[in-house]
Amino acid sequence: MQIAVCVKQIPDPGDPPRFDAQTYRLDRSGAIILDDSDAYSVEMALRLAEVAGGEVTAVSVAPDGELSGLRTALAMGVQRAVLVSDPALAGLDALGTAKVLAAVARRVGAELVLAATESTDGYTGTVPVQLAELLAWPALSFARHVELEDGLLRVQRQTEAGYDELRCPPPAVVTVTAGVVEVRYPTMKGILSARSKPVDQLSLADLDLEAAEVGVLGAGQEVVGIEDAPVRAAGTMVTDDGTGHVAVLEALRSWKVI
Amino acid sequence: MAQATFDPTDPSSIGIELSSEERLVQSTVRSFVADRVVPEVADWFERGVLPVELVPELGELGLLGMHLEGYGCAGTNAVSYGLACLELEAGDSGLRSFVSVQGSLAMFPIWRFGTEEQKQEWLPRMASGAVIGCFGLTEPDAGSDPGAMRTRARRDGGDWVLDGAKMWITNGGIADVAVVWAQTDEGIRGFIVPRGTKGFTTQDIHHKLSLRASVTSELAFDSCRLPGEAVLPGASGLKGPLACLSEARFGIIFGVMGAARTCFEAARTYALDRVQFGRPIGAFQLTQAKLADMAVELEKGLLLAMHLGRLKDAGRLRHEHVSVGKLNNVREALAIARTARTILGANGVTLEYPVLRHAANLEAVLTYEGTTEVHQLALGRALTGLDAFS
Repeated sequence: MQIAVCVKQIPDPGDPPRFDAQTYRLDRSGAIILDDSDAYSVEMALRLAEVAGGEVTAVSVAPDGELSGLRTALAMGVQRAVLVSDPALAGLDALGTAKVLAAVARRVGAELVLAATESTDGYTGTVPVQLAELLAWPALSFARHVELEDGLLRVQRQTEAGYDELRCPPPAVVTVTAGVVEVRYPTMKGILSARSKPVDQLSLADLDLEAAEVGVLGAGQEVVGIEDAPVRAAGTMVTDDGTGHVAVLEALRSWKVI
Repeated sequence: MAQATFDPTDPSSIGIELSSEERLVQSTVRSFVADRVVPEVADWFERGVLPVELVPELGELGLLGMHLEGYGCAGTNAVSYGLACLELEAGDSGLRSFVSVQGSLAMFPIWRFGTEEQKQEWLPRMASGAVIGCFGLTEPDAGSDPGAMRTRARRDGGDWVLDGAKMWITNGGIADVAVVWAQTDEGIRGFIVPRGTKGFTTQDIHHKLSLRASVTSELAFDSCRLPGEAVLPGASGLKGPLACLSEARFGIIFGVMGAARTCFEAARTYALDRVQFGRPIGAFQLTQAKLADMAVELEKGLLLAMHLGRLKDAGRLRHEHVSVGKLNNVREALAIARTARTILGANGVTLEYPVLRHAANLEAVLTYEGTTEVHQLALGRALTGLDAFS
């Protein structure tokens, strides 16, 4: 089983995010890490490969040749990595990302693609499903448990009430809910062995993709402004002199809650 | 190149000099300590225990003997080993002491001075944490002057017979194997003594006010008979154990800066939250002066540690360098911990906050592996050519 796991390399959320004043793009000059939410899909992919055999390839798209997040995935045990990096990828939107990932999934012969449900910096949560559509594969979203049995993929999809049980033959795209598995730490040996694992660095041309299809030229969306979230206004204080409940009821009525 | 983000715990951005591998080592150990140690360490300290179930986890991460090559060890560079020590000691000096003793004092002498059979027998199991080691050098009457040790090994046919006692031995009571140094007719030699060897007993030392989350013990040898192959063939004289101490001291140089960083972070956070006279105490000039001085010493200590780490990786580290680092960094870490305690006021004396736990631990670290005075005298000798020891 060839498993591809999509990972995003994001600015460390521990540092306050900064945006470029002209392009409104996230400033990526500080420390870049593997998105925490992707660590769960990496873990899930490794567990599946340990049981079913096969190889796990971590796939990432970044405009700047960034590898540090992929190195973490390699240190955790992923066998190889593919980075698609091209100056034309700056300003890439979700659909453009999905197009690039689909091209990589085909190129590496993936039979199963795992991804987080959403990234921790962009939070669009749309890329995996777009990817499934582009590959014409089923999308099994919000997985809390994934297993392969007799060549069949079994997924427990988290719902508000509990979970649905899904079954389908591969190939498929599965999105993994954050927090559903305990993620292994990279070991010291894993960290050292990551340096000798293969990392394919591809350009758009390597994938037969045109800049006009992806990147800022192909983007169907444009960020036209960024504003700070409004500071939360001070609430209304009601001193309870025995009629406090009346004030609460009035407030709830005025908000049309009751 | 954009400016580095200002990090209050790294004001001059030493972190940007790390390789991506070193950074991953550091962040991995930091996560492990945050997940597994920080939530419980105050309780371990209060109860005076180091949970042994943590040991296989340390082994699985590859932290035991991580800077050694082969035999199940990861073989990282020295800076990575130092950064791991730093993050472990940011949790507690007791935990870092465990890892230092296992890797640098018990595994290192076997790795450096042992036979191939000894290495094969012990190192893989010690790297995995299946076997815990300790290092017996200090005695009740021989601390700073290990050459005055009374423990003696005499040949008896093909065997050795060991008599004497060792004191203040980290991991002693939980160790499966002890590397013990003894006087012989051929000078000081090292011996591998497995637990269960007849005549070898241990007794834990209680009522400690420092390194409480660490096992400290006395080892006793009463006509303890060892086979001829128990001796480490590659070590003869004091330079054997001193080489081990140099390895462990290197870890301390980084480690104590972790303890200092935790104390500094606790003090800075507290200074921003604690309001007196209508303002956060961090707004008062006296508190800011303390924080600034702590940050400067923390940064100087980290710079020194990094520099010595790069020297070690280049194979150019001398024992005098190690003395500079151990002397300065433990002294300054202790000063930072004590100053942090003053910023936290009465809260600083409780286990709710890490500062006095670290300060208490650092009192032991100030003394073990060469006291301040011993390192001053070692440097004094190097500076003047005059030996104050003899």
